[in-house]
Amino acid sequence: MLEIIASPISFFILLELFLIGAAGSLVLRKNDASANVWSSFFAIAGSLWGLLFASAILISGQALSFVAGTSPFPLLSLAMHIDMLSALFIFIISLIALFCSIYGIGYVKHFYKKYNIGTLGFFYHLFIAGMVLVVTASNGIFFLIAWEIMSVASYFLVVYDRNDENNVKAGFLYLVMTHVGTAFIIAAFLLLYKYTGSFDFEVIKSAVTFIPSSIKNTIFVLSMVGFGVKAGIIPFHIWLPAAHPAAPSHISALMSGVMIKTGVFMMMRLFLDILQPAPVWWGLVVLFVGATSSLLGVLYALTEHDIKRLLAYHSIENIGIILLGLGSALTFSSLGMLPLALLSLVAALFHTVNHAIFKSLLFLSAGSVINQMHTRNMEEYGGLIKYMPHTAFFFLIGSMAISALPPFNGFFSEWLTFQSLFQGIIALDSSARWVFILAAGALAFTGGLALTCFVKAFGATFLARPRSAEVSHAKESSFPLLAAMGALAALSLLFGLFSGPVTLFLETIGKSFSIFQSAPSLLSLPRGHVLTVGSGFASVSGLAFLVLFTVAIFIVVWIIRSAINKKQKIKIGATWDCGTDLTSRMEITATGFARSIVLIFKGVLKPSIQHEIEYHDAETRYMPKSRTVILGVRDVHQAYFYRPLHKVVATLAEQTKNIQSGNINTYISYIFIALLIVLFATL
Amino acid sequence: MIILIWTIQLILTPVVSPLCIGIIKKVKARLQNRRGASIFQPYKDLWKLLHKDEVISSNASWIFYYAPFIIFAVTIVVGASIPLFAAFLNNTLTGDMLVIVYALAIGAFFLALAGMDTGGAFGGFGSSREMTLSALAEGGLIFSLLTVALISGSTNLFAISSSGVFAQDQHFLSALLALCGFFIVLLAETGRFPYDNPDTHLELTMIHEAIILEYSGKRLALMEWASANKLLIFIALGVNLFFPLGLADNGGVDAILIGMAAFMVKIFICCLIIALIESSMAKFRFFRLPDLLLVSFILNVVALSLIQ
Repeated sequence: MLEIIASPISFFILLELFLIGAAGSLVLRKNDASANVWSSFFAIAGSLWGLLFASAILISGQALSFVAGTSPFPLLSLAMHIDMLSALFIFIISLIALFCSIYGIGYVKHFYKKYNIGTLGFFYHLFIAGMVLVVTASNGIFFLIAWEIMSVASYFLVVYDRNDENNVKAGFLYLVMTHVGTAFIIAAFLLLYKYTGSFDFEVIKSAVTFIPSSIKNTIFVLSMVGFGVKAGIIPFHIWLPAAHPAAPSHISALMSGVMIKTGVFMMMRLFLDILQPAPVWWGLVVLFVGATSSLLGVLYALTEHDIKRLLAYHSIENIGIILLGLGSALTFSSLGMLPLALLSLVAALFHTVNHAIFKSLLFLSAGSVINQMHTRNMEEYGGLIKYMPHTAFFFLIGSMAISALPPFNGFFSEWLTFQSLFQGIIALDSSARWVFILAAGALAFTGGLALTCFVKAFGATFLARPRSAEVSHAKESSFPLLAAMGALAALSLLFGLFSGPVTLFLETIGKSFSIFQSAPSLLSLPRGHVLTVGSGFASVSGLAFLVLFTVAIFIVVWIIRSAINKKQKIKIGATWDCGTDLTSRMEITATGFARSIVLIFKGVLKPSIQHEIEYHDAETRYMPKSRTVILGVRDVHQAYFYRPLHKVVATLAEQTKNIQSGNINTYISYIFIALLIVLFATL
Repeated sequence: MIILIWTIQLILTPVVSPLCIGIIKKVKARLQNRRGASIFQPYKDLWKLLHKDEVISSNASWIFYYAPFIIFAVTIVVGASIPLFAAFLNNTLTGDMLVIVYALAIGAFFLALAGMDTGGAFGGFGSSREMTLSALAEGGLIFSLLTVALISGSTNLFAISSSGVFAQDQHFLSALLALCGFFIVLLAETGRFPYDNPDTHLELTMIHEAIILEYSGKRLALMEWASANKLLIFIALGVNLFFPLGLADNGGVDAILIGMAAFMVKIFICCLIIALIESSMAKFRFFRLPDLLLVSFILNVVALSLIQ
């Protein structure tokens, strides 16, 4: 049975389900409702099949290699290689796509008659199929084609809500950035081709010793930038907080939860598998990038009051945390400490899975709120917990998971990441040790700041009194939306409770990397649920924590409710208002909540403040008529990196213009000179 | 016998914690030339509050209603997961330092949400300040625990307390720096001077009191009690991780009794120190506090770098 599901045919069925879904949506584009049904049905079917297929590969543990037909071009082969790592990513893609598709059934209804549902379905399916191909392609050129399918399809999804000019702008920024990234990837692949003579990943891997170390380092830098753009590492992140909010929410969930991970996937593949052995500084660079991305990501998130931009910045933060695991794995493996490297890789993989789950949960519940409120500005929310209690509950679970509160899943992967950093502090010396200390410090602060940020997000959105009239019209979301969110919330808890078995399973995936094949394991699972690192260095059990917590809470409630006080009354009154009428302007806003942190970190965030005061009498300047305060955060990346870069490019272009005189004779002489140069060069 | 010891471990935190508050208040009163209330006054206050009716804001949601129970339960769980009087219990399930740190964060999370829930002007600002401080304290807290964890070779708190970090001469300086760092964080996390003034209801200065302003009756009692528990938890961590003297290392009755007595003496000394600090210094300006917390973090980074 396993062999039938884990077969090339089954993989083609998976792709075909998405392709039929894409084609059918286009055919049915005249009718919104039927296009939605068709698209959702095939997306759900495809995702379920993907889950089945990926599980079969993961259980059997056998890698699957095959060529999907012959191609007309000599260097392009449609080679696929599906090993455990690919299967894990197919699993994540299918899992998140499944819930996003269920959510989509209800969610896209508000686009009816406004936009074309058929084209949404078409690009949605292409997007998922593109991601599946990206993690399975085993040939450089084939990979780039898949990468482009994924990127371009997601571009069209970002600009789907095209009546808003900002979305179109965000989409353009995304398109430019993603192609800059692709250019770097192409350069890296071309260098690989030059020294190994092949685009096939397997061949490159076996011929990697022919690459001189300086070229290898260049390839590392190029692919770090190229895949880093997609993963959203700082400073290549600027497209992410613009593009993810612009897309429809279930697409944002897929982009943030899954698509940016394809960048991480390729980093794992290249650095830990294909290009091994690697020098130590690679790992330290990845650690450094991870530490800055996580810390800056959460700081920028704190300054946001657009709920989806806030979540997008948290994606940057979590990619940073994943890179902390990956960077430690690289460092350890370069130093030959394979057990530690395996532990760190497991931490990175676990956080990849967990982030996919809770981030898509958060995006979906934010989408439900936006769907009701018609704005992404948190300052206009408030008190939504009374109007959308279920959505609020699911958002709360997502917030707790992303803030790494036990017993939800985010805690356990951060715990593992912490443990691998601690092991680095113990095992290493001199400069490498300092990088690990700073990385652990960054992770510690990131945890605290993320918690603050989600208190702000949840509090400003769901608690206190409504800050706009729109809130009172908000209604609880429809069943498909709630079902998708509920399932993801349940998964968040389950992956936390069963973090032990899940971690051990991820370790077998880590062991499928050729360098880890014989690495001894540091993880053990005494009594079936106590996740233990080393021989008693650290241990944790999510199950025990939940049980203890539940017992404690029941005892407390029982004692207070029945043992001490039975006749006690609750009177409902007004909030203490100091004798004035409380208006919703008196409660704290999202901006106000984060203001002290923004001021404390003003060296990094560069907050700007502008006062505009209009006086009744301009000469005496007493008695202001109106007062406006504009708060903002200066984008340092824009100011110090992208602006100057743009200036340089523009100047260069201006200079190049000079050789274009418009005179045909000049052009002919250019051709002549070029010919001469080529002639001499070949001599 | 072991069940009895675990029961004691479980209920010791809530039973002893009001006493800490009472001792601190008494010492402070004496230093101000007042006679002060009995050290058992906090128990009477709790008992009184538990029997009162409640007024709850019409804006409150279920977060406000259940937060006191969640926060209190968290302190019970944490209290049961750290070494109090016995080091031999060896809780490998929830006794990890990061579990403790993040479990306490659950309490902070719900406390801050409860502050925002009623939509008053005070609660929200209290929550904002509380979260700002606890976010910045996290670096120092994790790193001071990490320092002692690395000295003793385990991140499990029971294992740390049974190894005795000051016993090893070559790590003396690291342990000392970690202790200083930890103490700075202790004051921040438990809302004492110079971070917060636990006695005032002046809106400019208060943090914790602002958050619980809307609470009354048994929920207020739980909130106050939980914050007392948190104080005891931090004191217990401080005294038992750094000075494990007297901790019971076996289940014998003598060892347990000595352990309990040593624990009481240690928390009494610690409360004395806190009361002395509160009587001798002023509260800091809010924006000076991050500097202090950063000092704690840097002390611990130095401590870490000294361990080889």
